[in-house]
Amino acid sequence: MKILTLSRRNAREILRDPLNLAFGLGFPVILLLLLSAIQANIPVALFEIQHLTPGITVFGLSFITLFSATLISKDRSSSLLSRLYTAPLTASDFILSYILPVLPIAVGQTVVCYALALILKLPLSVNILWAILCILPVSLLFIALGLLCGSLLTDKQVGGVCGALLTNLTAWLSGVWFDLELVGGVFQSIAYALPFIHAVELERAALSGNFDGLLPHLLWVLGYAAVIMVAAVFVFLRQMKRQ
Amino acid sequence: MDAIRIENLSKAYGKVWAVESLSLTVRQGELFSLLGLNGAGKTTTIKMLSCLTSPTSGDAFLLGKSIVREAQAVKSVIAVSPQETAVAPGLSVMENLELMCGVHGFPKEKKSAKIQELTELLDLSEILKKKAGKLSGGWQRRLSIAMALVSEPKILFLDEPTLGLDVVARSELWDLIRSLKGHVTVILTTHYMEEAESLSDRVGIMKNGKLLALGSVEEIKRQAECEKFEEAFIRIVKGVSV
Repeated sequence: MKILTLSRRNAREILRDPLNLAFGLGFPVILLLLLSAIQANIPVALFEIQHLTPGITVFGLSFITLFSATLISKDRSSSLLSRLYTAPLTASDFILSYILPVLPIAVGQTVVCYALALILKLPLSVNILWAILCILPVSLLFIALGLLCGSLLTDKQVGGVCGALLTNLTAWLSGVWFDLELVGGVFQSIAYALPFIHAVELERAALSGNFDGLLPHLLWVLGYAAVIMVAAVFVFLRQMKRQ
Repeated sequence: MDAIRIENLSKAYGKVWAVESLSLTVRQGELFSLLGLNGAGKTTTIKMLSCLTSPTSGDAFLLGKSIVREAQAVKSVIAVSPQETAVAPGLSVMENLELMCGVHGFPKEKKSAKIQELTELLDLSEILKKKAGKLSGGWQRRLSIAMALVSEPKILFLDEPTLGLDVVARSELWDLIRSLKGHVTVILTTHYMEEAESLSDRVGIMKNGKLLALGSVEEIKRQAECEKFEEAFIRIVKGVSV
């Protein structure tokens, strides 16, 4: 009940910010439309919809990290959290209320991307449901990053780290825009040591029905999500105690 | 039973003592003001009493519950209206009140009744649907106090509640705070001498983490041999012997 109340508040704060809606929903939608239009006018298969959509859904989640981190860091700098800390709430109430409401927002964003992709001639298949299901562990990864950054950084720093750095890392090291093998070398090695390419490959495997190829990527994503979540909870608790 | 009994309460940040060996008692229903210059230790004292920060040494008992050993029990009888306005800016006034009812686990019927009661008490009906972040400073403070009152606290901490408000908004908040006297034990910190003089049953004057004077406004004026309370305050914090 208390978690639900706090979660509802956090969801409202995120969804009522027009900039969040513009970036969270508008930007992935515009990218899908724009890149599909480019694909329709070039002779090579660069942005085919079945290849592009899983990447865009993962890229869109980097904005979820930004929203989540911004909310947490703003709450930390305001007195609202101080007030709530004097209420009979536990640390897990706070942490879960920052995680739970963001999950449906992330899934909603993914559903919108796939719905648009269907309009853009993505073949209708039950695999879309699997891809939407696979976005859950990926969402956890990005939500954990939000909790970590929000607990560590000020809201201005969040803008730089999550708004600029993370979105670019997600874009360039995930194979959304180009095949990483085209670059190869150290760049490719770094990309494969990070979770973003695995998140995109997980989505692509689910969408294409390649369930055998799904597990290794899922393990990478879950591994990173678990480690970052533990670090985020630790930092959040430390900040809570300090405050 | 005293509402608050503070026994040798101290807080150090590194080598600096923000509060040092503070001891005092506050009676139930009393409005007690903590006065002092910036850095006197007022806010740190409130933070310790409201279990937001742990004391370095000493203890305080709120309605008999220790802030060191029984923080959850203390939290169930107190509420805090922090120095800065502590509202959820993206939520309406009604939603802010619902948020506080929710975090205190009120059932639906009690929630509606409490919101209605506070809306009438603080005259919030006209702004119930407005976003808290769009309200003027005075209305935000009013909402902030309403949110603190949701939990029906026995002890209410108001940390500089009228800071930055215009004369009219301040006067209205004073009326509200006066209306709480007798029902709720109120601990108020303020920089405004006239506020402390007008509202308080007793005041404590702090400087550099230490309590320099304690008593009613009249007692302190007599102690400092001054006719005006502000002069008495200045005399005490400047260290003129009283």
